[in-house]
Amino acid sequence: MAPVVEMRGLTKQFGRFTALDNLNLRLDGGKCVGFLGPNGAGKTTTLKLLTDMIFPTAGECFINGISVQDRRREALSDAGVLIESPEIYPSLTPNEALGMVADLRGVAPADRAGRIRTVLAEVKMTEWADQKVGRFSKGMKQRINIASALVHDPEVVILDEPSTGLDPRGMAEVRSIVRDLKKSRRLIFMSSHILSEVVDVCDEVALVNKGKLLFYDTLENVTTRFAADGHASVDVSLARPVDLGPVSQKVAGLSGVRSCTPLDAKRLRVQFDGGAENQERLLEALVGLRIGVIGMTESESALEEVYLSQVSRGD
Amino acid sequence: MAAESPTTPAVRLRVPEPLPQAFKLMGYQLREYLRSRRFIALIAIIATIGALITAVVAYYHDSVALHSLLTDNQAFYGSFWAGGAGVVIVLAAVFFGGDAIAGEFQNKTGYFLMGLPLRRASVYIGKFLAAFVASVAMLLLYLAIILGNGVYYLGTNALPWELGASLVLAIVYLSAVLGATFLFSSLFKTSAYGFVLTAILFLFGFTILQELIEGLVRIQPWMVISYASSAVGGVFGTGVNWGLNGTSAGGIFWTAGIAEAVLIMLGYLVVTAAVGLWRFEHEEFT
Repeated sequence: MAPVVEMRGLTKQFGRFTALDNLNLRLDGGKCVGFLGPNGAGKTTTLKLLTDMIFPTAGECFINGISVQDRRREALSDAGVLIESPEIYPSLTPNEALGMVADLRGVAPADRAGRIRTVLAEVKMTEWADQKVGRFSKGMKQRINIASALVHDPEVVILDEPSTGLDPRGMAEVRSIVRDLKKSRRLIFMSSHILSEVVDVCDEVALVNKGKLLFYDTLENVTTRFAADGHASVDVSLARPVDLGPVSQKVAGLSGVRSCTPLDAKRLRVQFDGGAENQERLLEALVGLRIGVIGMTESESALEEVYLSQVSRGD
Repeated sequence: MAAESPTTPAVRLRVPEPLPQAFKLMGYQLREYLRSRRFIALIAIIATIGALITAVVAYYHDSVALHSLLTDNQAFYGSFWAGGAGVVIVLAAVFFGGDAIAGEFQNKTGYFLMGLPLRRASVYIGKFLAAFVASVAMLLLYLAIILGNGVYYLGTNALPWELGASLVLAIVYLSAVLGATFLFSSLFKTSAYGFVLTAILFLFGFTILQELIEGLVRIQPWMVISYASSAVGGVFGTGVNWGLNGTSAGGIFWTAGIAEAVLIMLGYLVVTAAVGLWRFEHEEFT
């Protein structure tokens, strides 16, 4: 059965402040869903409700069909959770901290040591396995936190800004871990401030602002459907540096292309009439120009434009 | 990842029942305590108290004041063991229980635990048991120091059975103090309040309250735990009241019966543990 996370009529009030207002969201299947929103939008509140760290004013959350509010032990048994960059008991070593998680989660003794080794290797902390966590930097602790969310090989992974505190290499490694998790058909629900991270690893995005869900759709649909005038942006990578002036002119002259802007000597940003078919035609045309196209990715700026336009609409 | 196939989980899981989870958590929490500075600090404090007692007794052992204590085993243990045990119990409760629950919020370690398939009761009970075991270890360390002195001055044949009864009463008192400490710790998200409240109340707050109730209100102070805790030293000597009713001298100063004291201390434990657990169950990790 495919993993499922569902929130029904989820509302959370802190006094008179409504942090989350009647959120209805169902995520199912193996994929990565990015959860976006400005500070105070309700992202972490949602994830805390989903993991029973706080209690809803109204509504309910389900993981694989089990109510988190009524049966938290069962609901969280197949979920890996990382919320708010937690601290680990400082006297424990990563081996012990992950051992505690494995024991409390009931990982079979035969699998325990192997899983701990595997996840420590995944987060590049093997050589620190027997050092006390209290001596670690924030980034190192966050790696152990990520490892603790994965030690039981969960079907559902809930991550609250997992790149927090990590250096660029660490952030890249987190993206790599999430991509690997997707290969195993897990459902990953990840809040993030970093749009490039979302574009890189997420298949779908949900945007929340002021406690309300603004949209939930595939990344592609979001960037086309919500763009100001229906256009989409892609970043085109070239094999070698080219004279970008004439190349930009050529690309701008292609059918459906609205503009073409050089990003650097080997990259262009192309705005075109959105949609999968138009994107396919654009790629064919770009290859036909023989300018050394080696890659085309959804532009981070496209999501950024949507994000900013949708968020500012609510302000 | 180690997944064998998209649909087959690679890791065999069987989430333990809540009570085994509490015991597992106790083991890791105890490991955390044993490696902590506070554990070393408390050992140092108890060793210092023991060293002072040993030095004072050694220096003044010929004096008239100490003569009666060093020739009467009931008086010796009633004075040196029972007198210090209460302080050791409060210190241990403050050191191991003062931030047990509040620290989960203040230090954000709770976020590490709360994502796990655990009942909050398992966390509360596991941490309580860890604090209890660590505190009992401290109490036994103090007992060992007193026993060392007692055996030296009185000999091994002078070990009164009442010392065993007193140790049991001290452990019951410890559980009651820890129950209250955990309650205070669960009321606040800042550890300092739990430390201060426990220390003030149990070192002199309850004693003052008891005296006020006895002296001014003139009723039996059965509701105050210091009245019950006096049983730790009350088992020594002759004419011990083992019953369920307290006795009073002139209708003012009351002495608890031993069975009554046990009931009062267990009552404190049950009530404070229930309220503290209820509070923790309803506290949000905002």
